[in-house]
Amino acid sequence: MSALGIVGGVVQPVLIVAGSPLLVGVMRQVRARLEGRAGPGVGQPWRDLRKLFGKERISPRGTSEVFRVAPLVLVATTLVVAVVTPFVTTDSAVDPVADLFAVVALLALGAVTLALAGLDTGTAFGGMGSSREMTILALVEPTLLVSIFALSVRVGSTNLGAIVSATLHDPVRVISPVSLLAAVALIIVIVAETGRLPVDNPSTHLELTMVHEAMVLEYAGPDLALVELASAMRMSVFLGLLANLFLPWGIASTATPIALLVGVLALIIKVGLLGVLLAAGEVFLAKLRLFRVPELLAGSFLLSLLAVAASFFLA
Amino acid sequence: MNETLFVQLLDLACGGLLLTAVLVLWRRELVVIIHVFAVQGAALAALVGVLAVHEDSIELGAVAAGVLVLRAGVLPYLLRRALASAGEARRETRPLVNVAASLLTAAVLTLLAYAVSRPLVELAPSGLMSPATQAIPIGLTVVLIGFFVLVTRRRALSQLVGFLLMDNGITAVGFLTTSGVGLIVELGVSLDVLLAVLVLQILTARMRETFGDTDLDELRELRD
Repeated sequence: MSALGIVGGVVQPVLIVAGSPLLVGVMRQVRARLEGRAGPGVGQPWRDLRKLFGKERISPRGTSEVFRVAPLVLVATTLVVAVVTPFVTTDSAVDPVADLFAVVALLALGAVTLALAGLDTGTAFGGMGSSREMTILALVEPTLLVSIFALSVRVGSTNLGAIVSATLHDPVRVISPVSLLAAVALIIVIVAETGRLPVDNPSTHLELTMVHEAMVLEYAGPDLALVELASAMRMSVFLGLLANLFLPWGIASTATPIALLVGVLALIIKVGLLGVLLAAGEVFLAKLRLFRVPELLAGSFLLSLLAVAASFFLA
Repeated sequence: MNETLFVQLLDLACGGLLLTAVLVLWRRELVVIIHVFAVQGAALAALVGVLAVHEDSIELGAVAAGVLVLRAGVLPYLLRRALASAGEARRETRPLVNVAASLLTAAVLTLLAYAVSRPLVELAPSGLMSPATQAIPIGLTVVLIGFFVLVTRRRALSQLVGFLLMDNGITAVGFLTTSGVGLIVELGVSLDVLLAVLVLQILTARMRETFGDTDLDELRELRD
């Protein structure tokens, strides 16, 4: 455990927790402006969260501990990922956990817990949302694993820090077919996993189409705030992962204050830019029919598998 | 051209071949499929062009230009003309295997191509594992995906694209293994393909005149 790792382990979670609601705010604002609306402002998600945290806890009759624990597990797993993954610094605070399989497993654990909580309420919407989420998750998780694995083949290590620093030292790798295929697969998967268009529409409450919203329909007050915060954090984590796996420039590899400052600024700029691009892209897209979603995800799985295959063929 | 740049460009062209083959399987609109097929022709021409520059061979460069004209220009043009006369049938509506399953099948085919071409790759002169030989599995994958398109699609036009995909794959394997089989052979093969497409185009038009559709499965049923 190096000094750089410890500093990263402190700076990264603070940055992710404070910044992710702002990222959501920026994305909503971009979308609103492009659609010709004024928009609520960048700080609105934080104001919503403050309001929700001030309310009393209510849980529906007949729900068990699963329902109450789920938001905490979701936030906790995302927080661990934010601590260990190389976002600002190439070293990790807890190096063994900064492994590709561990990080994907942690993210999946959070999603599965939330789906269980959706089932736990026993309502029609909760069950429907959970079953849809599981359908999507079953195709998303393998793709996530395989596409990052494609990048780890040539490094010879599944440690995310090692992958990022290898790309940092050999920038030509970014334009290889392996990287391109893996990047496309990862982008599709991230769009599906964070529940954005064209897989799920984050801004509607239309019963027949919603996925994520249906699962968390029964949450209120501080629990809802935790779920909202966690889903915003998951989006920042995924976008940060995407940015640093393929464009790692600016990340701090020494523990000097200047390098750390550059690392923080680079992360904010990269994730912000990706968020703005995602939001702007959404304006031009319509939601896919639910039955067409597996097609999209199977395609992204194939791309990630081709990336792995190509990393063996063309090595 | 230095070695690293050669490897990068070759890999990029091979990646393009593979990606376009997958896109043909993925998309339903016949217009998009034809566009993607034209892009694949360009990728194949780029592959040959990279080999030509690497080997300093003017003959291979001429072949690359020929491939570009034929596969990215003439064949897509013929297909587009066949489509324009087709009228309403512009989408591959009901493939025999649905799209999600056929994409997963393509994943299996990739692994199969890799396993099958292992001995071929090892045949290369020992100690001289050239990047071109290593890319043979990609050519073979394109052949297998083309064959899969050929057997699972219903519209005559998308079966034709499957056939051409197979031919692209075979050509790619040919160039990757031998770095060019000679101008005359290549010319003969290209003319053969062109002729096959022309004949099939006429056949498709006749089928539509007689039966009013090019859904080949309906031709199997008996009628008065």
